[in-house]
Amino acid sequence: MASYLAGRLASLLISLVVASIVIFLVIEVVPGDPAQFMLGLNAQPDTLAALRTQLGLDEPALIRYFTWIFGMLHGDFGISYTYRTPVSELVAQRIGVSAPLALLSLALTVIIGLPAGIIAAARRNSATDAAVMGATQLGIAVPNFWFAIMLVWIFAVILHWFPAGGFPGWNKGIWLGFKGLLLPSIALALPQAAILARVMRSSLLDTLGEDYIRTARAKGLPRAQALWKHAVRNALIPVLTIVGLQFSFLLAGGIIIENVFYLPGLGRLTFQGITQRDLITVKTVIMLLVFAVIFVNFLVEIAYVLVDPRLRRRA
Amino acid sequence: MSLSAEALETQAFWRTAARSPSFVIGALLSALVVLAALLSFVWTPYDYAAQDIPNKLQGLSAAHWLGTDQYGRDVFSQVLVGARTSISVALVAVGLGVGVGVPLGLLAAALRGSLIDEIVMRGNDLIFAFPALLLAILITSVFGPGAINAIIAIGIFNIPVFARLSRAAALSLWTREFILAARAAGKGAARISVEHILPNILNLLIVQGTIQFSLGILAEAALAYVGLGAQPPVPSWGKMLADAQTLVALAPHLAIVPGLAIIATVLGLNLLGDGLRDVLDPRLRRER
Repeated sequence: MASYLAGRLASLLISLVVASIVIFLVIEVVPGDPAQFMLGLNAQPDTLAALRTQLGLDEPALIRYFTWIFGMLHGDFGISYTYRTPVSELVAQRIGVSAPLALLSLALTVIIGLPAGIIAAARRNSATDAAVMGATQLGIAVPNFWFAIMLVWIFAVILHWFPAGGFPGWNKGIWLGFKGLLLPSIALALPQAAILARVMRSSLLDTLGEDYIRTARAKGLPRAQALWKHAVRNALIPVLTIVGLQFSFLLAGGIIIENVFYLPGLGRLTFQGITQRDLITVKTVIMLLVFAVIFVNFLVEIAYVLVDPRLRRRA
Repeated sequence: MSLSAEALETQAFWRTAARSPSFVIGALLSALVVLAALLSFVWTPYDYAAQDIPNKLQGLSAAHWLGTDQYGRDVFSQVLVGARTSISVALVAVGLGVGVGVPLGLLAAALRGSLIDEIVMRGNDLIFAFPALLLAILITSVFGPGAINAIIAIGIFNIPVFARLSRAAALSLWTREFILAARAAGKGAARISVEHILPNILNLLIVQGTIQFSLGILAEAALAYVGLGAQPPVPSWGKMLADAQTLVALAPHLAIVPGLAIIATVLGLNLLGDGLRDVLDPRLRRER
């Protein structure tokens, strides 16, 4: 177990190092002169020189890379060029929108996806099963940003039940904040719930075919109890991996949905940074999101081994 | 009349295929979209870029089957040309994944256990760990938005998919007798990979290719939606959705139509992939 953990930790670190190098190269080396890129062609020479000093461009790339990494490790994410405030402050504000959005979507994904998958597997080859499978096939094909536009049209424009976009801020009350995040979370969650339902169904069908289920039934355990007590619990193990992957997808996928709803989250920050060529902000926010995604995947793998003792020995 | 073995196989393929509802519906939907894309080369009801401001934001009518947008451009013509954009970007991206990924996978399998195998597989893990959407946004934002960069951004993430698949499939083939026979006959690893392994994993690659194609369509639409895909005046479904978003109260059909086009394409390709899997490899038929 210890050597397994060490191995996973090493590969987590390697992933992070490679990701940071890729981001650094793409942002700082590829555009040629990042200062010129940020200011455009008509930049004044003295503005350019000032920005070059602020970015530390007179240093070699290797030094700049390590300055960036060590800064981030100390919580110093640099100063946003357009906002003139520390990126760490911007991130701290925006994460209050992005993290609840990802969590709420994940909750909806699980609440919808798991029961749908369990019902479909329990009533295999029935009309219910066919309906669930048809719905999931459709759900996978729906682009979440299109679904988001449809939700805005129906629930905000026609019915006026929800705001069409924007975020009131948590200080206006939890309910208003929740209301602002509900449509975006549904848009993010439904396609993911479709995937989860399919995974849950096939995992449960695999488990239901196992010998120990037949044994449980043979010794007189009712079908429902065999299903819930033995099959579902075991079938959930592989499903856990998918839920973890989905959480990281929701974190990253949120950045498009945030644009649909004009939510002031990390995604909006990224896209504004891109259009305003604020490379300092873009570099840091993308690195943080990548870190979050890779770290969540790491936690899921660890949890997977903790839940399933069989994997511990193999690992 | 005697039929060759190949002709018999083809016959059997179509007979099984016709019995698979997934295959039939998927093939029909996919064919419809491909035909729309091809049709747009020779005919569209209007010039897709021709503006006609007096007739802007019209609903569905005999003159404009799917209405007009905020500049009076014909939506149906744009959807037809948009099919071309989506299909070409996704197709080339999958081609990139197959073209780089399959040789890497075959190489890793032929040299299984070696350092090269290890490097290829760890490299794949790294790309997998990287959130695809974020890297695609990063690439297109720095290198400039456009169809080519969208293709590269989507294509990169197809490489590990095909590398892993072909390595795993090739590994199980390397232990089989007919490969042993080929080696005994003096064929080298490269020749065996191309002449014996590749034809035997082709079915798997076709099925996976169909699925990746549908994912590519979704990814292209997402990039175009945030303005990082094909640039105007080239119409694309994602861009149409972005333009329609602010007008949804006035002209909801502008948002509904491109969305349905994307859904039909992705649904068609996914069903086709499922159907092909059932037809091409009965052993893989998902009993589930």
